[in-house]
Amino acid sequence: MPEALGLQHFLLVGAALFCMGLYCVLTRRNAIGILMGVELVLNAANVNYIAFSRYGVGGVDGQVFSIFVIMLAAAEAAIGLAIVLGIYRRSGSIDVSQMTSLRG
Amino acid sequence: MVDPHHVADVAVHSSQLLRWIPLIPLLGAAVNFLLGTRIQARAGRGGVAAVAIASSLASFVLVVISFFSLLAFDEHSRLVIDTVAPWVHIGSLNVDIGFQFDPLSAVMTLVITGIGSLIHIYSYGYMDEEPAAWRFFALLNLFMFAMLTLVLGDSLLLMFVGWEGVGLCSWALIGFWHQDHVNATAGNKAFIVNRIGDFGFLLGVFLLFWSLDSAGQASMVFRELPALVGGLEGMALWGVPVVTLITLFLFVGATGKSAQIPLFVWLPDAMAGPTPVSALIHAATMVTAGVYMIGRLSFLFAMAPATLEVIAIIAAATAFFAATIGIAQNDIKKVLAYSTVSQLGYMFIAMGVGAWSAGIFHLVTHAFFKACLFLGAGSVIHAMHHEQDMRKMGGLRHYMPRTFWTFLIAAVAIAGVPGTAGFFSKDEILWNAYLHSPALWAMGFLSAGITAFYMFRLVFMTFYGECRADEHTREHLHESSGWMTWPLIILAVGSLFAGFLGVPAALGGSNAFAHFLEPVVGHMEHTGHHSLALEYGLMAASVGIAGLGILLAWLIYVKKVFSAESLARIGGGWPHRVFLNKYYVDELYGATVLRGTMGLSTLFAWFDRTVVDGVVNGSARVTRIGATLSGAFDFRVVDGLVNLTADAIHAFGGVVRRVQTGSLNTYLYVIVVVVAAVLFAGTWK
Repeated sequence: MPEALGLQHFLLVGAALFCMGLYCVLTRRNAIGILMGVELVLNAANVNYIAFSRYGVGGVDGQVFSIFVIMLAAAEAAIGLAIVLGIYRRSGSIDVSQMTSLRG
Repeated sequence: MVDPHHVADVAVHSSQLLRWIPLIPLLGAAVNFLLGTRIQARAGRGGVAAVAIASSLASFVLVVISFFSLLAFDEHSRLVIDTVAPWVHIGSLNVDIGFQFDPLSAVMTLVITGIGSLIHIYSYGYMDEEPAAWRFFALLNLFMFAMLTLVLGDSLLLMFVGWEGVGLCSWALIGFWHQDHVNATAGNKAFIVNRIGDFGFLLGVFLLFWSLDSAGQASMVFRELPALVGGLEGMALWGVPVVTLITLFLFVGATGKSAQIPLFVWLPDAMAGPTPVSALIHAATMVTAGVYMIGRLSFLFAMAPATLEVIAIIAAATAFFAATIGIAQNDIKKVLAYSTVSQLGYMFIAMGVGAWSAGIFHLVTHAFFKACLFLGAGSVIHAMHHEQDMRKMGGLRHYMPRTFWTFLIAAVAIAGVPGTAGFFSKDEILWNAYLHSPALWAMGFLSAGITAFYMFRLVFMTFYGECRADEHTREHLHESSGWMTWPLIILAVGSLFAGFLGVPAALGGSNAFAHFLEPVVGHMEHTGHHSLALEYGLMAASVGIAGLGILLAWLIYVKKVFSAESLARIGGGWPHRVFLNKYYVDELYGATVLRGTMGLSTLFAWFDRTVVDGVVNGSARVTRIGATLSGAFDFRVVDGLVNLTADAIHAFGGVVRRVQTGSLNTYLYVIVVVVAAVLFAGTWK
């Protein structure tokens, strides 16, 4: 029943995804876990873009934006993982609670 | 009478050759100063000596060339100038660095470079064991440069440069063996006494310039001066004619450089230098600078009869007293030193009576025989292993015949035996002195006898009798090498024949020498008529007293008719003691000038310590108190403010730094909370 699916459902899924991602980011100590949380947050934003593009003002702006975000996420993941790998080589750990060398 | 003033009007010749006469020795000196150690290390003493001798000889050749080109000119236009570079042009003072060559300069330069070259050659033989030969030859060449500048300079200022230059070289060469403190002290004494004279010379130059300036036009250039000094006639300073003052000051300079009373004390001490130096500087050339200066400025001195009177009296006294001191000296070089002082006195007698060319003539002949005597003495000293006491010599004529014969010829010449150089020049002076005043003649006449006596005392003590040297020295006695004897022979020939340059009219000559110099110095006409018989009589008298002196010396020191010791005891022995101790002049200066200076400086030192230092220390104390106060203010207030700023920032930083926890989770929480707060605030109505 396609009519039953409206904009709110998509926004709810996006909000749920965002909250899970945020929770993941805030609670994880593992750097890779944080990155994964960030991916969730980004994808939550993508869901919202697509939903608004489909049900909102029209046009394909939202879809183009989400393509951009996916690219950005890929780049961010690549760089983020490279940084995490560098940190691991340096300290033998990827626990962010131990990375305190920038403490004032 | 020939008017010397015309010199300014005649056409002037110019030659670039002239500057090289002094410059070549300067180059030689520069080479030996800069590269001497290397040349000596590579080529030995011969290398440095070759540089020095070559530059001296080259200069001599240039002088001879210049001399003959001068002879080619008309008698009254014999003046060659060479202006090298502009020098001082301030206000009315206009002086260029320029050289001039006229008959007077020609005579002087011929003597300086000719005899100088011989002494350079001799020095190579004499300094045969000298490790610092390069320094010696460099200084000799530098001296040649300074002396040639003195006689070739065309202005009083350039003459003064040479005047100081020769003094400097004299100081350096007297103290050449400065490792021995006595020599260094002798050099200092010569320099200081000369400086006193130079101060007088400078005052004379300044006064001349100042009075010429106020008379209209000032100049320091010799060829312009004769036309200008006429303006000084009638000018007076402190009630004294200004010309008299100028010439007196200049004469003070001459007494210093030419060792006249009262500034003669340095010359005997100057014998501490190597003997070639004594021959070159302290007999033949530098000490005659005063005579040359008066000859050069004869037109000025001729205007000041009072000064001439002073010069004549001082000169006669110097000639006489120095001769008497010479009798009692036992150091061979000291005898010659006092003899030099005495002979310089003769030259100044001539200057004092206005017989300028006679004085210069004696300067030339004296340069020959005194250089020969000094070099002969040097040859003896060299052979005796630097023994200078005549009481330890004797009989040397068997060991060193060449030295003996040349020395004897020079001694004959200085004693004034007829036909030798000394006879003509000395009698020319005595004759002119007699025309001026018989008393002056009497002083010179007595000195001539004493001169003959002490010279032959020296000859007999050194070369005759038994050799009194110790065994070791006697075994090594030998004639000096050709480097030393050939210059002696040439000088001895000069001592014999140089006199024929100026045979007086009374003896059938034409007095070519005086005639040659006349365009420069002119000559004074004597009032009254004197017969030839008188001139012959005076000649006979001076020959007689010279013969008497020689005879006396022979009787005492060869025949031992009287013993010298018993003569020394005459009159309770005090005349001998006075002569031996040089009239106690050094002691007198020691008691008056030196002690006065020392006392004054002690007083000044006390004043300096208590008053001047007191003021200085007082002001220092005040400054210190001020500084302490200012320091406290700086420390407390200024620094306090600065530190307060820093402390405030530090405290603030201490608070803010807590924000930077270093925990990623904390940052994220903060971001979320802030973003949520902002969003919430944005939706708040």
